[in-house]
Amino acid sequence: MSSLLNWSMYVIVFGALGVLAARDRTKAQQAVKIAVKSFFGILPIVLAIIGLIGLLLGVVPPEVISRYLGQGAGWWATLTALVLGAVLYIASLVSIPLAASLLRAGASITTIAAFLTGLMMVNTLTLPLEIKHLGKKMALGRNLLSLLFAFLIAIVMGMVLQ
Amino acid sequence: MTEVTLVNTNLPQQMSGRAPQGAPVKKTPRQWLADYRWVLLIAVADLVVWLFWPAQATPVVRNTWDYLVEMVVILIPVAVLMGLFEVWVPKQLVGKYLGRESGWKGIALALLFGTAPTGPLYAAFPIAGMLLQKGASPLNVVVLLNTWAAIKIPQLLVEANFLGPSFMLVRLTLTVPSAILMGWLIQKAVEKTGGLDIAPA
Repeated sequence: MSSLLNWSMYVIVFGALGVLAARDRTKAQQAVKIAVKSFFGILPIVLAIIGLIGLLLGVVPPEVISRYLGQGAGWWATLTALVLGAVLYIASLVSIPLAASLLRAGASITTIAAFLTGLMMVNTLTLPLEIKHLGKKMALGRNLLSLLFAFLIAIVMGMVLQ
Repeated sequence: MTEVTLVNTNLPQQMSGRAPQGAPVKKTPRQWLADYRWVLLIAVADLVVWLFWPAQATPVVRNTWDYLVEMVVILIPVAVLMGLFEVWVPKQLVGKYLGRESGWKGIALALLFGTAPTGPLYAAFPIAGMLLQKGASPLNVVVLLNTWAAIKIPQLLVEANFLGPSFMLVRLTLTVPSAILMGWLIQKAVEKTGGLDIAPA
């Protein structure tokens, strides 16, 4: 399934680039430049996270991961994951492989979904910036409601997918 | 065009978090070292594992390699997609269509606009602030922000690849109505408490 997804993505994305190149050469060149810059810009953190995943999976036995993050770990694990996600700042592109590695090693869907959703929607670290641009009502409202909704989304995902 | 240069959402800045705009492309060895410091640290940790627990070295290398291949394969089209979005999606037009009277059309547009960008969420705050000042509704702005935060298209592709299409689809299906409901609640709360509390620009 994932290889099919990969292939269709390559076809669509590079097809779109081809269409753009045929219509507007300079814009296509600009897009390629941004793509290369994005790729190498994100590479250091991607390699670091991949190294961390490799180390983690190689050293920590799956039984330990599933004991602390699995089905049996219960609500505390999910809540801790949610709070960790809300407080940490990890770009989602690199947090997804990390979450996947924990899931494959036996963590529960609910806990992983809580971590990811909290990470994406609740942004404690950048809250001062958000307040500056949007005001206290909008910024605090969005983050507090996001925390609540992240928890609800995680619970429903656990029920639907497990 | 000023809006576009105002918030440059190119990835390298988001990742390093400190490169100023228009920074020279050439990096000094020192900057390389700074960028790759975590990679080096992990390489040292790998070395320690290899020296003291040689039995664990094989699974470490195998897992690292597997995830490296998986990630690079997906990262190439994602990077190209980001480049396409940057040159193709008009950013400054959207403000006009997100006002209080925009209804479902405004929500749909906010959703659409939120899925395309590639930058970090903090790059969206100045845009969102500007939209609010120009009269966009709190509902639409919250939908835009949460879409930007949680369901960007490049991110969804990586998610489908690593966590499976069903994980991605269920999360997407739950996040969209949550974002709209959240926006509606915040809009009501803002109206009930006497309007926005931002300093005028």
